[in-house]
Amino acid sequence: MAFNPDNYGLRLFVRYLVLCLIALIFIFPLVFMINSSFKPDSQLLADTSSLRAFLPVGDISLDNYFGAFRRAPVGLFVLNSVLVTGATVLLSLLICSLAAFSFAFLRWKGRDVVLSIVIATLIIPFETIAIPLLLLVSKLPWIGLEGLQWGWLNTYRVQIIPWIADGLTIFLFVQYFKGLPGELIEASRVEGASWWQVYYRVVMPLSGPVLATAAILKFLVMYNQYLWPLIVVQQENYRPVMVGLGYFFQLNVAWGEVMAYLTLITVPVLIFYLFLQRAFIASIASTGVKG
Amino acid sequence: MTSKLTLSNRTGWTFALPGLALIVTFIVLPFLFAIGLSLTNQRLLSPNATQFVASENYRQLLGLGVVTLEPERDDAGEVVRDEAGEIQYPRLREITRSEAYPQYRGMREWFRWQSGENVIVVIASDVVFMKALVNTFLFVLVVAPVQGGLALMLALLINQKLRGINIFRTIYFMPVVVSIVVVSLLWRFIYDGQNGLLNSILQGLTFGLFQPVDWLGNPSTALPAVMAMSIWQAVGFHMVIWLAGLQMISPTLYEAAAIEGASKWQTFRYVTWPGLRNTAVLVLVVITMQGFALFAQIDVMTNGGPLDSTQTLVFQAVERGYGKQDISGGSTISVILFAIVLAISLTQRWLTRER
Repeated sequence: MAFNPDNYGLRLFVRYLVLCLIALIFIFPLVFMINSSFKPDSQLLADTSSLRAFLPVGDISLDNYFGAFRRAPVGLFVLNSVLVTGATVLLSLLICSLAAFSFAFLRWKGRDVVLSIVIATLIIPFETIAIPLLLLVSKLPWIGLEGLQWGWLNTYRVQIIPWIADGLTIFLFVQYFKGLPGELIEASRVEGASWWQVYYRVVMPLSGPVLATAAILKFLVMYNQYLWPLIVVQQENYRPVMVGLGYFFQLNVAWGEVMAYLTLITVPVLIFYLFLQRAFIASIASTGVKG
Repeated sequence: MTSKLTLSNRTGWTFALPGLALIVTFIVLPFLFAIGLSLTNQRLLSPNATQFVASENYRQLLGLGVVTLEPERDDAGEVVRDEAGEIQYPRLREITRSEAYPQYRGMREWFRWQSGENVIVVIASDVVFMKALVNTFLFVLVVAPVQGGLALMLALLINQKLRGINIFRTIYFMPVVVSIVVVSLLWRFIYDGQNGLLNSILQGLTFGLFQPVDWLGNPSTALPAVMAMSIWQAVGFHMVIWLAGLQMISPTLYEAAAIEGASKWQTFRYVTWPGLRNTAVLVLVVITMQGFALFAQIDVMTNGGPLDSTQTLVFQAVERGYGKQDISGGSTISVILFAIVLAISLTQRWLTRER
């Protein structure tokens, strides 16, 4: 022992010191990002050779933010991301919970086979189907206001519909529903409630925790989408925030503007996370219990 | 009576159908497509009709050969040397373009080594793919144990009863909620060769003795740099999974260990670790799956370079399937990737089977 183990105060100090040093490792890039977003390019690059990189010192202004808005349709990208993320999360909660309700509470022919197919899709990583899926969506039909059209490329739907249903979300709902008291469902049926009423009057009001988990996991996946929109959206009108980043790397790169844009698209998520950190962490932990 | 209450074919199918239809259309179907397309010469936009080519795509990717080059000899049977005394060998082209060796046709050198007087050359039909395959495996082999181990250490640290410990848990987890694209861009600054933050810090710590390194521009440091950043980004995710495992271990076991007078290490070795066995397998499998899917970091930070030192399977699948519109080539890589992932999943099943 390098120090007196009875010295409680000192041991406590060392523990907190270790915790703080590790915390620094995890936040320094974000601190750098936020501070740099207020600095002109020349100062930003010069500051990286000293601790000034992490401090809001020198020539501080909001110029980079105005510059970012001039360079790219930032508002449009954010709107696209919010729209795609919001629509997918809501539809996913509805459709996956309905399917899980059917798997957990109803008995029907073929149920077990269907459920095992859904669970089996858990081991197919998206990356392995991205290319054939690209070919598929480029040929799918759609009936819209302008009549029948072929091909889903460059739309909102191509970013939303393939992401609504997934094995993990359905699985999380099934696990949660199986933990609910079965007598409650039977009692409502005896009283003459239809299955639809059981679903939205009895089960859904009890499903707060799993709805939060499923929503957070889907939100993280959807807001941070990169590979999929990169290959299915070539038109500016439908681009989400991560793909919009490409605008800042044409010709001369203005690093201050890049930092401002990164801050704009990251800080809202971080604030959201800080408010709901318990739910965020619980949702990740619940994916681990599946093993 | 319960069967009457719950047997309900029509409602059952109606509730499950929307979800099922979406999963079949957008996951199962493309997956079957991938297998089918990998046996054809499909392109995204092509005037030619698609043809069935059987295993040709797989042969194009996986073809390997080993050839031994013997030194050139003059008429007297002496080894020919150049002015510097280096042994002269026949050109590889004489083999890969020769009619005598149809199996090596079109292959190119992957790597070579010296063996006595001879040189042994490993040739491959698709050298870039082979590099991508090796890099992906290297990435997983390094990241899985290091990230899993660091995450466990963080989880043990966070599992202490200390005032404000949740603040630290929140901070350690923070990079997980930030997009990997954003994180990769920020780390380009950290790794920059001229005035990158990492070089500045290392120079500060060694009082200027450290020579700046262009971490992402150097073939020998680029992949390790990507590994380090990936470990940093997702270690908090696995910390949380370990924490969930730690909290499922019964406190009575720890009380028993304390009564028996077990040391800290013994408590970990005989109480904590056995209780974490399934969590350990899960953490390793999740990291492995994420590792095989490595794409965004490469796309943002290196584009596969320098000298293909950071090529990965998914990056190659996308570059071919999307960039070069070679759908069948991209699909073939996807199928190979899936076969690897499936093998790992089955191993996990086997490791965590009920005994």
